[in-house]
Amino acid sequence: MDTTPKWADVILIPLINLILALLVSGLVVLYIGENPIEAIKILLNGAIGSTRGWGYTLYFATNFIFTGLAVSIAFHARLFNIGGEGQAAIGGLGVALVCLSIDWPHWAIALPFAVIGGAVFGAAWAAIPAYLQARRGSHIVITTIMFNFIASALLVYLLVNVMKVPGSMAPETGAFPKGTNLPNAYQVLGWFGIPFNKFAPLNVAFLLALICCVGVWALIWRTRLGYQLRAYGHSESAAVYAGISPFRITMIAMLISGGLAGLMGVNAVMGEAERLVIDSVQGAGFVGIAVALMGRSHPLGVLLAAILFGILTQGGIELEFEIPAVSREMILVIQALVILFTGALENMVRIPVERMFLRRKKRAS
Amino acid sequence: MATQKTEGRPDTAALSTEPAIELVGISKAFGAVQANKDISIRVMPGTIHGIIGENGAGKSTLMSILYGFYKADAGEVFIRGKKTEIPDSQAAISAGIGMVFQHFKLVENFTVLENVVLGAESGARLMPSLTKARKLLVELAREYELNVDPDALIEDIGVGMQQRVEILKALYRQADILILDEPTGVLTPAEADHLFRILEGLKAQGKTIILITHKLREIMEVTDTVSVMRRGQMTATVKTSETSPEQLAELMVGRKVLLRVDKKPAQPGATVLKVDNLSVTDEDGVLRLKDISLSVRAGEILGIAGVAGNGQSELLNVLGGIMAGTGQIQLNGEDCDLTGKHSDGQSRRARGIAHVPEDRQRLGLIMDFTAWENTIFGYHHDPAYQKSSLFMDNNAIRAETALKMQRFDVRPPDPHLKAKSFSGGNQQKIVLAREIERNPDLLLIGQPTRGVDIGAIEFIHQQIVALRDQGKAILLVSVELDEIMSLSDRIAVMFDGHIMGERLPSETDVKELGLMMAGMGEGA
Repeated sequence: MDTTPKWADVILIPLINLILALLVSGLVVLYIGENPIEAIKILLNGAIGSTRGWGYTLYFATNFIFTGLAVSIAFHARLFNIGGEGQAAIGGLGVALVCLSIDWPHWAIALPFAVIGGAVFGAAWAAIPAYLQARRGSHIVITTIMFNFIASALLVYLLVNVMKVPGSMAPETGAFPKGTNLPNAYQVLGWFGIPFNKFAPLNVAFLLALICCVGVWALIWRTRLGYQLRAYGHSESAAVYAGISPFRITMIAMLISGGLAGLMGVNAVMGEAERLVIDSVQGAGFVGIAVALMGRSHPLGVLLAAILFGILTQGGIELEFEIPAVSREMILVIQALVILFTGALENMVRIPVERMFLRRKKRAS
Repeated sequence: MATQKTEGRPDTAALSTEPAIELVGISKAFGAVQANKDISIRVMPGTIHGIIGENGAGKSTLMSILYGFYKADAGEVFIRGKKTEIPDSQAAISAGIGMVFQHFKLVENFTVLENVVLGAESGARLMPSLTKARKLLVELAREYELNVDPDALIEDIGVGMQQRVEILKALYRQADILILDEPTGVLTPAEADHLFRILEGLKAQGKTIILITHKLREIMEVTDTVSVMRRGQMTATVKTSETSPEQLAELMVGRKVLLRVDKKPAQPGATVLKVDNLSVTDEDGVLRLKDISLSVRAGEILGIAGVAGNGQSELLNVLGGIMAGTGQIQLNGEDCDLTGKHSDGQSRRARGIAHVPEDRQRLGLIMDFTAWENTIFGYHHDPAYQKSSLFMDNNAIRAETALKMQRFDVRPPDPHLKAKSFSGGNQQKIVLAREIERNPDLLLIGQPTRGVDIGAIEFIHQQIVALRDQGKAILLVSVELDEIMSLSDRIAVMFDGHIMGERLPSETDVKELGLMMAGMGEGA
């Protein structure tokens, strides 16, 4: 509707949705006999009340930005890539292979190669479902989700049988060489004399994520490729009329999408774990879907939604720790409510808000 | 029928009969759009009443209210003098109203008989209903020329027949008020004539018929009275015998309209497009074009007449690079690829073929794109639109769009509006502006005025003729025979994937073309 101002569309409606989700979450907390005000205090304090909290929140957010952008860009071409989980895991493998390949002299030299490794591996993992969709018509939702399982099985095989440190009990690679360890927020901010928690996992990959946001924005709205991608997403028949090849666009969109998901490995594998562990993605691929949904596939929206989910993740961990009655599953319930209200029930708030602006406009005229 | 007088309406007593339908002060708004505004209309029994208006004038909304699909915000409905609430279509049916929709609502793999009975079975067992319906069908066929084979499957019979099934469905439900929404859109002239004979027969039996259309010729031919709608309001109701097409057009548009196309004789030059033995098979393996050969010269308009679905769309699509085919297409003496990498829309545009597709909402425009994004659609590779090898020059595109919108009188002339916010006519002007301004050698144009209001039709026709006068070749496809007759310099008729023959507009008439469109005549 053209009657609703843009700010209401982008900020007001998501905000109302979020508040509704938190209210209902409060009722759930109340139902299990805890104080919802207290719970939200602990959650917020744990997530953004200290530099340590921020360090974890933004670390999680970095993961979600990569996977959220991955879902977004595919969605602009009307491709629902729910294989972010697998693409991120294989991307992590690519990052690990780069890091373990030689004894890197300095992280700044290793980083570009790790970025390429993560992106290429993630893109390659997305390429197979993309090809099956573009040439054979196998539905991408089905194939990408199946490829998540294949990726997970492949990693288990590799870590248990091939890449494990001989004699170790843990299915993980050895620690990466020192020259690949990315500086964390403590070090980076330290160069500018800003104090920050020493152990929080936030690292330079966050800046990479921000660059990706700008890059994706420019790609979608400022380049010819983005134009073709959006055209294809809105109407395949019109795209064919204009001479845009559906095969080409499907492949390119999915390669970029998989590449972005693969970049998550730079943050989680290279930046935080500093070795390849068996589950480096930890569901971030799926959170990316919610992030893209809530951010309406716009990079700025994705950034904000990723930070919100970072807060929920980090705050949730603190909450679980402080109030034992609020279990891990409770946190999932709260996250699910946020997704429900911002995604599925979006029209519930949108329609009344649009009516309100319509009435206002009528009165004004 | 109801004969008691209704309170507050003393004037009905003066008339010999009650109106079959009377609408009083009907209003309906969708959000900010007032689709119907204080509409009052009375339709006398045993008459054919036409409702005419441009697209979006509110005709269909009004009929949907009458058929119970929408609830009016204000106003009353009287049927045979009795105030009637119509909350759903069930109520409309029991009030004796039958509706024949523009897009038929038939079950394709059911027989005619099963479709007629569907939803009106007399009991749990099907046989009694079917037997009863079969008897009725035979009677109706005799009475009104409504012959159809009761045991034929819907998917096996033509659209003209399918429409008869829709009418039979209404009659089986004992409708005595029949509403037909744009009934002739899919019919050949002969089928349309047959339909009108059926309607005359129904009228003679005392049935009331409401005919919704945008074709002035039909209104003049069959209706007794006609109501004109414009922008949600009823502008006039007149006796058909006391009006003229020009007057009706003026009432519809609100200003004087030129109904004839003004053009000089063509001065054809060299052959621009030459098509030889072109055949096309669609995705389902059906042969849609069968060995078509034709040519178009510079400075002439070749009109392709035919009932929708006889291969015209495929012809446009192959020429425009959307479908693959076999045979030969030459443009200015050079071959065009029919399959492979160089047969897509991009390659065709590079060769100087512009294409205004039949379905502008599905092909020609991206409805969620802004006007400026749409004015480069298909030409987005043009270096003029690039700032660098990576980025597009959006400002330059917007500036150019504003100019094009002004030149083609697109209203409102705002490049930032989405395509879906424009009316049908203005959407078409955006597509035309994009394609014509590229200065093509050959313009493919399908249904140039479908869903376009009369005012814009005049403008669009002028643009097509102007392009011809610049010495361009134009291939025009239209299901509107009037449009083909008035615009074309030569007419080719298509039927079942064949070209049935070519005629000069001065040496043929609607009757002959109509027979060719139905597959009769030379070559069949």
